[in-house]
Amino acid sequence: MADAAAPHAPKKSIWAKHAFFEKNSIWLLIGILIVVAIGGLVEIVPLFYLKSTIEKVSGVRPYTPLELAGRNIYVREGCYNCHSQMIRPLRDEVERYGHYSLAAESMYDRPFQWGSKRTGPDLARVGNKYSDEWQRQHLADPRSVVPGSIMPGYPFLAQDRLKAGDIASDLEVNAALGVPYSDEMIESALADLRTQADPNADAEALQKRYPGAQQRDFDGNPAELTEADALIAYLQALGTMVDFKLYDDKANIR
Amino acid sequence: MRQEISADGPGAPGTREPDDGGKHMSFGEGGLAVVFALLTLACLVVAAKATDGAYAFHAYLSALASLATVFVILNRYTDRPATLPPLEIDGKPNYNFGPVKFCTIAAVFWGIAGFLIGVIIAFQLAFPALNFDLPWTAFGRLRPLHTSAVIFAFGGNVLIGTSFYVVQRTCRARLAGYLAPWFVVLGYNFFIVIAGTGYLLGITQGKEYAEPEWYADLWLTIVWVAYLMVFLATIWRRKEPHIYVANWFYLAFIVTIAMLHLGNNASIPVSVFSPKSYIVWAGVQDAMVQWWYGHNAVGFFLTAGFLAIMYYFIPKRAERPVYSYRLSIIHFWAIIFLYIWAGPHHLHYTALPDWAQTLGMTFSIMLWMPSWGGMINGLMTLSGAWDKLRTDPVLRMMVVSVAFYGMATFEGPLMSVKAVNSLSHYTDWTIGHVHAGALGWVAYISFGAVYCLVPWLWNKRELYSLKLVNWHFWISTIGIVFYISAMWVAGILQGLMWRAYTSLGFLEYSFIETVDAMHPFYIIRAVGGVLFLIGALLMAFNIYMTIREPEAAAADTGVRNPALLPAE
Repeated sequence: MADAAAPHAPKKSIWAKHAFFEKNSIWLLIGILIVVAIGGLVEIVPLFYLKSTIEKVSGVRPYTPLELAGRNIYVREGCYNCHSQMIRPLRDEVERYGHYSLAAESMYDRPFQWGSKRTGPDLARVGNKYSDEWQRQHLADPRSVVPGSIMPGYPFLAQDRLKAGDIASDLEVNAALGVPYSDEMIESALADLRTQADPNADAEALQKRYPGAQQRDFDGNPAELTEADALIAYLQALGTMVDFKLYDDKANIR
Repeated sequence: MRQEISADGPGAPGTREPDDGGKHMSFGEGGLAVVFALLTLACLVVAAKATDGAYAFHAYLSALASLATVFVILNRYTDRPATLPPLEIDGKPNYNFGPVKFCTIAAVFWGIAGFLIGVIIAFQLAFPALNFDLPWTAFGRLRPLHTSAVIFAFGGNVLIGTSFYVVQRTCRARLAGYLAPWFVVLGYNFFIVIAGTGYLLGITQGKEYAEPEWYADLWLTIVWVAYLMVFLATIWRRKEPHIYVANWFYLAFIVTIAMLHLGNNASIPVSVFSPKSYIVWAGVQDAMVQWWYGHNAVGFFLTAGFLAIMYYFIPKRAERPVYSYRLSIIHFWAIIFLYIWAGPHHLHYTALPDWAQTLGMTFSIMLWMPSWGGMINGLMTLSGAWDKLRTDPVLRMMVVSVAFYGMATFEGPLMSVKAVNSLSHYTDWTIGHVHAGALGWVAYISFGAVYCLVPWLWNKRELYSLKLVNWHFWISTIGIVFYISAMWVAGILQGLMWRAYTSLGFLEYSFIETVDAMHPFYIIRAVGGVLFLIGALLMAFNIYMTIREPEAAAADTGVRNPALLPAE
């Protein structure tokens, strides 16, 4: 029938076309998948190939085995729930905490620990800000050094022996994911871990592998290698790797 | 173990002729029993060789659960008649409400557990002695327990339960699968037990709202795929040509959460015998992936899924059709498209490149429109039925939840503006904003759905007491107001104190002074939380008493099954 010429035929609303999705569950599913994939692809994928994402900075090295073990304790205790590690380029933050954080400074962080809440202060540059003794006391009983602090006490860290027997496999996984841990670093991981917490051990090899690593008995108890040793070693390294006297802000304008 | 596996097991149950007295184990029953028997052995091996006590505990727990599953499957098989339950009885769908009932009870239980932990950690922030200097009771471990308990345990059970109810009713078809729905429901709740006990024992991958470690994530992936399959297969059985709008939202929620879960939890375990894993993303990329996930856990778990609840339960309770079919189409596609982009607003002024931050902010502001599209569609469904707000506290709870949704989705875009965010970020304003959405929107629409569901599922005339619902509503609402106003003041105060300068150009306050200033607001917030918890306890009592009531006469229930309202 030549109904095409009939001008009075009721025009089908464009909304009726949506019935296609309402009647085909698989097309609805595919439609949803396409629509929800776009945003993530556009925002995430370029971060892996745009060279400007992570600045070229000298000084950032992988964590020493002891620092990595300490970082895992930091993660385990959920410190990120109250402490950020990300100084924003705002006047008050830079004055309070130090130079704003660079992307390069967390490029070996798995997971990242930038945080989302500052119930306590930012820790991105807490390294070398306080003495080991202060850190020890503060971890065991925060209010003994900061009256008015609302941080939980972690006295058990200085008592619990550090379980890091297979720290080499931790390094191995990180290396597989792209952290520049060499075979030599992986082989000597456990030895390096012990060396760093022992002020009397020969640190030359450790320094060669991890330039600038601080070596001492962090928890003040030379008899035992505790979780406090590892955590304090990590905290004292935070934000200290880049020398900002030499860092050129302008070189990385993006 | 002897198993008889019939070859034609999975074929349409119920339509099969009962063969001559022979009762056969279906492929699903036999297969699952074998799989779980093997899993029991695997878990025992892992438990024996585990490098870590907490991990060994999880392995033993999994072995025990797997073994119990084998027994339950075999027991269920011996007890059941030769044929599987029919799809229809006398031409009416033979709905499967068992898993829905389980989820409803589990939601109430986990909700109260989650609110209680919330109250505890709120008091810990006001009175730090409550951390007791023990690893298992410290804020850092309890806070993920609180967020996971309310989002994934409470919210998740509400979502799975209501989706299994809604998809059956709107498709007029029995839930697909015989054991599969139970696998989804029990498997999901087992994931919650593993995740929660893991946090307390210090097993976490340290990514907000995605703390469970690799093995829990793997298990959840399997459960989630089964969930998608049950949901889709039920849709395929539908008698209605059109898929109802609520099911679009459920589908978007299930599919997108699967995508986010896989992307954000991509990690390599140190060994099969260790709970520890390292995430494949690092630093700035990990931050972006995390908040792509994190914000869309809000967008798809806490929004799309609960919008589906709104689209079924509000029209049903108000006995009015959804306000606008066209609006539902526009705001559905717009909201799922725009939400995904909003993640970077959690990373303003960080080391994330500026272009990504700007994209995040732009899309967050645009997101205001489809969010309010949903709100308008929900609220205007009340057209011609507004009077019911006076007499029906359940409907009132759901309508107020949509109002809170509107408020939170206005506040969100506001806070995503970089200038505002420079003040609000890292402060308790964010916490207040989240709770306006979580308590006001997610919890209230869930309470409303549970109050509707319980009489429907257990075949009762009405709830035990509408008066108690009224009390629940007012006590919780006052609690929410305490909570969010305390957090607004605390957050803005803290943000302003951090950036305050003296006339000489020095920072005016040390950090600890800003902590001290929070104290009164932390107490008010905790009191608000207590009120909210009391409301939930009233609900639990009300539901318990409703289930205990005698069943409604058969004639009554017919009245309560009006034909499905079209989405026009």
